[in-house]
Amino acid sequence: MRKTYLKALGALLGVALTVFIARTYHRVTTVQRGYPGLAMEVLETNVALEKRLADNKLPFALPPAPPGGALAVDTYQNVQVLGHLTTAEVTRLMTAMTLWVAPAQGCAYCHAPQRDEAGNIKRDEDGLPLADPNKLGSDELYTKQVARRMLQMTMHINQDWKNHVQDTGVTCYTCHRGQPVPPNIWFNPSGDPLANRALGGRGSQNSPSKSVGYTSLPADPFSHFLVAGADNIRVQTTTALPGSNPGNTKKTEATYGLMMHFSDSLAVNCTYCHNSNSWSSWPSSPLARGTAWYGIRMVRDLNSRYLEPLAGTFPPERLGPTGDGPKLNCATCHNQAFKPLLGQSMLKDYVVLAEAKPQPAKTVVPEPAPEPSVDNPEPAASEPAPGPPGPGSPAPGEVPAPQQP
Amino acid sequence: MALLSFERRYRVRGGTLLGGDLFDFWVGPFYVGFFGVTTMFFTVVGTALILWGAALGPTWNPWLINIPPPAIEHGLRFAPLKEGGIWQLVTICALGAFVSWALRQAEISRKLGMGYHIPLAYGVAIFAYASLVVIRPMALGAWGYGFPYGIFTHLDWVSNTGYQYLHFHYNPAHMLAVTFFFTTVLALSMHGSLILSAVNPQKGHRVKTAEYEDGFFRDHIGYSIGALGIHRLGLFLALSAGFWSAICIIISGPFWTRGWPEWWSWWLNLPVWN
Repeated sequence: MRKTYLKALGALLGVALTVFIARTYHRVTTVQRGYPGLAMEVLETNVALEKRLADNKLPFALPPAPPGGALAVDTYQNVQVLGHLTTAEVTRLMTAMTLWVAPAQGCAYCHAPQRDEAGNIKRDEDGLPLADPNKLGSDELYTKQVARRMLQMTMHINQDWKNHVQDTGVTCYTCHRGQPVPPNIWFNPSGDPLANRALGGRGSQNSPSKSVGYTSLPADPFSHFLVAGADNIRVQTTTALPGSNPGNTKKTEATYGLMMHFSDSLAVNCTYCHNSNSWSSWPSSPLARGTAWYGIRMVRDLNSRYLEPLAGTFPPERLGPTGDGPKLNCATCHNQAFKPLLGQSMLKDYVVLAEAKPQPAKTVVPEPAPEPSVDNPEPAASEPAPGPPGPGSPAPGEVPAPQQP
Repeated sequence: MALLSFERRYRVRGGTLLGGDLFDFWVGPFYVGFFGVTTMFFTVVGTALILWGAALGPTWNPWLINIPPPAIEHGLRFAPLKEGGIWQLVTICALGAFVSWALRQAEISRKLGMGYHIPLAYGVAIFAYASLVVIRPMALGAWGYGFPYGIFTHLDWVSNTGYQYLHFHYNPAHMLAVTFFFTTVLALSMHGSLILSAVNPQKGHRVKTAEYEDGFFRDHIGYSIGALGIHRLGLFLALSAGFWSAICIIISGPFWTRGWPEWWSWWLNLPVWN
């Protein structure tokens, strides 16, 4: 009798185990990145791979702008970065930026809204503010100021950080992915109230966080490594015997935390950049490690020159718990792909973002221009509003541009 | 090899699984049997293949000799000999030799009318090896996932395979395996010291009986598992170590491709505290 029960129980367990194994088994796709048998491989389930392919589809490229026409610097007011482009190019770029960054919010996400006599913001039927075509040059909204700085940053990346982004380059969409705030940003963590006590200070450790791959490592490797004047990674001893190790346990843990972030951000593992035989050896490392080395420096540069100085421009709700501005890390661009957007270049369709150009002076017009007034601003004298349907900007060059004050 | 005069009577005929009486003989103290012959065959051929592979390679430094598996791209097909085919043949030979060895143990057990505990226990070790070079590679779809046959290169494989999952110590089966390995060592050392303390007394002292052994542990921790129980426990601990080692590598890849730390998010997401 007892044996029958045991047999039934065994059979039941066997069935349960079989079902469990069948359900959890996944077919995988592997990229071998080292000599056979070295186990330097990136594995991914086919399910995850298909999702990644779907997540990284490029948005359609807008048709090219018609050639020729007046320069934006002559057409619009307060053009500081894109003045060298034709009006048509700027209109196209503004449309693209709206689709990339604020598709739900529209032009008025960055451009000053229309107001009625009482000063109330005018809205469309969806309740979204309408941009004022007469005030496109206004820097009233913080988003406009941030967007300008981000344009400069994009051009800087594409121009000066080719050893990380190659000719693939980046666009606003690389990070924003159709959202006003990129999905992956970081802030300085709020302080640990127990940090200076004898017991209880955790050094942001042992609190599993996605930023470090859910390990027990310190959850904020970014403020150690990804800001100006940050530490170099020097935790591996250079000799076989003890005596010359420049690192210590805390630095090593922060380093490994950063490495977990790399792995998570790129959806790769340690062997993507390292042969674990020797972490520090460049000759035995894949070339990707060199790209990552430049990436660390690029992120430091971008955070210190572009993101951190913007903290004062952002409103409080966009700031972190310690009042710092949003900053970027590897995940900001990579979004869990070994190359952002799986290496597909959007820059080739938007070459105007490839480099910053000196801004031309306004064309001097022989006839005296009509006096611009604050009450009645010249309709054409502003940046074109982005987004379809654009507020039909007047034919470029038709109206003489007013002199800038 | 000197044989004791009475040893012959322990040489029992019959009990063979294959080959009948053909190989039912001894060479010196060693029972041969059909599986003794196949063990020898696979061992000699496999070792010769390793030597040939070493001869093709760039070094005779024993630390650095390497017989690598095929590249992943070869999938589950036979690879050209110099591109992993030797590794495939060596693997066949190794498994042939190991399984033959286990079956020879089974034949000897049958001759002596004993249980099959020894071949079963050894079978767990074979299972662990097969997990690495057959079961997991088949589940992942390429022989290239097997470990290379070389002293340093197999260590590189272990290290890199671990780091494919960011932090292998978070692998739950690896945790169990490591725990069982350490517990096996603990149990073996406690048992060994206990037995020596009882039956290997100083000169002039009497050998103690099993009652003393039980008495020590009853005084010490309130319970003695007993002479039979300690061996059951020891076998369970040791086989569990090998078994969970095999499981920990089989699940890495076919059943989990992300970092092992992330696997534990089911714990973090338990409704109790989430």
